[in-house]
Parts: sequence; structure tokens; C-alpha cells
Amino acid sequence: MREVIIIGSGPAGYTAAIYAARAGLNPLLIASSVEAGGELMKTTEVENYPGFPDGLMGPDLMANFQAQAERFGTEILLDDVIEVDLRGDVKIIKTGEGKTFEAKAVILATGAAYRELGLPREKELSGHGVSWCATCDGFFFRQKTIAVVGGGDSAMEEANFLTRFADKVYLIHRRDSFKASKIMADRALNNPKIEVIWNTGIAGLKGEAKLEGVTLEDTVTGEKRELPLDGLFIAIGNDPRVWLVEGQVDLTPEKFINVEGRSSKTNLPGVFAAGDVIDPTYRQAITAAGSGCVAALDAEHYLTAH
Amino acid sequence: MTENITTAEWQSKVLSSSKPVLVDFWAEWCGPCRQVSPIVDEIAAENTEKLQVYKLNVDNEPQIAMQYGITGIPALIVFENGVPAKSIVGARPKAVLLTDLAEFIG
Repeated sequence: MREVIIIGSGPAGYTAAIYAARAGLNPLLIASSVEAGGELMKTTEVENYPGFPDGLMGPDLMANFQAQAERFGTEILLDDVIEVDLRGDVKIIKTGEGKTFEAKAVILATGAAYRELGLPREKELSGHGVSWCATCDGFFFRQKTIAVVGGGDSAMEEANFLTRFADKVYLIHRRDSFKASKIMADRALNNPKIEVIWNTGIAGLKGEAKLEGVTLEDTVTGEKRELPLDGLFIAIGNDPRVWLVEGQVDLTPEKFINVEGRSSKTNLPGVFAAGDVIDPTYRQAITAAGSGCVAALDAEHYLTAH
Repeated sequence: MTENITTAEWQSKVLSSSKPVLVDFWAEWCGPCRQVSPIVDEIAAENTEKLQVYKLNVDNEPQIAMQYGITGIPALIVFENGVPAKSIVGARPKAVLLTDLAEFIG
């Protein structure tokens, strides 16, 4: 049986692994088979992670996290957790490749998954004009007209990044101001290739084999109009990934994992949670990393006491 | 490692193949592509009898990517008798890919 298993490989998971490994807990980190590294794998330049005054690429930052976790003996498994039983003293974890692990403590750092618009044909058109990853797919929209929907930092970053390729980027937002940080919003507002469409939502997707346009709906007047587009990038936020533990671990009304006060303790002894999966508010790489550290220290304390 | 295919070889190796051909459209700068790539290698090695597998670098061979309307990678397309029979866009775990490809390798 393992001392501690960490599920998730974003900043929270890897930081928990660094601390747990240095505490001699010989952690196993189950990283996912195709999403190892988490959300930052889809970003380009990260400018606000302290300690890197010149910024660095998201995937490079995550490679550093991984190297630091491995340096102290973290075992990393590229597999997907598909089932857990966390209720007993022995926590049981099953993976997509058919492995079963047991541990005394578990740290849940499963992060958040991108939110869909929830429109008909969104899935079918995904990869055919509809995208959630500007760094993956921007290349295919050279000299095209595209739109980004959203109003947070991710939407600003995607819109700015996409102007490298596209001739024109519409930034569609439901409200009359962005919730993005000022520096990111100003960059988008000052970019001559970006045109903001305020107070507007997307009511429909047009096109058969590929996206050809969207139906816009004014959120104030309800008025609808068509906008021809070659591509639509969706950046309207994320939902915590809790399906694995729902029914075992207490959730908040907003469906984040509920933790006790400033700690990482869930309602189940020996089960801790960190990062975006517990955080409806801040959701930064650095806050996730701090939260992963808290979880490792809480787990270490729990293991010493038991 | 799975062989990278070029535009010049497309007709002979993909469209004229007697076996179904799985093509993994990828690029260096695509993080999810790097994660899918070793899974595609495994699927290729485990199904050499039933499935021919190639990778296509969309930076080097943009015409092919454009021809098949690809706007997102990783994209896995199975060609049967020269036409796309199945298209899988985005990174998927191996078990999911095996299910998606079952009609060709089952």
C-alpha cells in the first residue's frame, strides 16, 4: 500500500508531489494519459508566475514542475483514474489501463474542464471550426475571420494570440465589461485586429460540414443577427472536475470539492483536495501551487497521526 | 516510431492502400499532439495486420490538412478505399481510441 496518491498533474498536483516526496512519502502521481500537465499545457506565454521575470511557456513551466517532482522521487503514471473508493481507511483507485492502487491518503487535484456553450451541433463542429485551444488550432485560421467568446483572462489571451494568424478576431462577451485583469483586457482592447462585440451571446452555430457562422443575440434587447465566421474559440470558463468523487466527497453548492477552512481537508479522513477543483475564485497557477503545498502538508500531518 | 508521410506519397500510401489507413495529423507546437503520439505508436504496433498508420506534420504538409478541412489537431482520420471513414479530433485516452477504432481493428 502507498502512503499517498495524487490525482492530477497541474500546478496543484505537482506541487503536492514535490512536498510529499521531500517528506519521504514516496508519492504516486496519476497524471492522466492525454491531459498530463493540465490547463497550462494549452497556454503560450505565462507572465505572472513568480520567479520567472521574463515569463516562460506554459508547457515549459509544467515540464519544470514535473522534473522537480521527479527529482525527489515522485513516481508519475500517465494513466486516467476512472473509479475511486475513498470512504475506508484504505483508499482504492482504479485506472483506465486496468491497474488498481491502494493508499492511506489521497490528494485530489483534478482541476477544471472547459465549459461548453451547450448549443446544438457544438460537438459535431468541434475540430471543424469550433475550438477550445487557440495554441493548438490557431494555425489553421491564417487570414481567416474568427471569434473568441468569453470575457476572462483566457479569452483575452486567446484573442491576442489568434491575431498572429487571423485577419480579424471578434471578441464576443455577454456583458459590457471584461472580468479579465486590466493588463490582459487592455492588450485586447488596443489590438487593431480585435473588435469587441459587447452585451452579446451566441444563440446558434451555422454550417454543415464545418462552421460557417454564428447567430448572435443581444443580451439587452434580445435582438438576433448573423455573423459569418471561419472559426469560433470558446473561452467561457471551466467547471471543476468532480465526477470521480461525487457522492463520496462533500461538494459545495457550486459543485467544487468542499474543504475545511483554509485547509485542504475534505469530509473524508485521509482525503485532501487542492487547486482549481476547490477554488471558485482565484484559479491561478500560483494559487493552485500554494494549495497543492497545503494538501501535501495536511496529508503528511494525517499520516504521522495515523 | 510511426513513419511521417509526405504529400508526394499521399496517393500511393494512403488513397491506394488495400488496408484501412490511420493518419495522425500533428505539429511540433501542439501539446496534446505530443501526448497522443505515443498512444498512436502503440496502436500501430499492436495492429500491424489490420491497420496501416502514418503521421502527417501539418506544418510541412499544409495542403493535405487543408484538403480534408482540418481545423484542429490532434486529428486522427481513418481512410478506407481512399476516403475518410472516421475522424477523431482532440486528445483521447488509449481505451477511448481503441473503442472508436474498433470497427477497423476489432
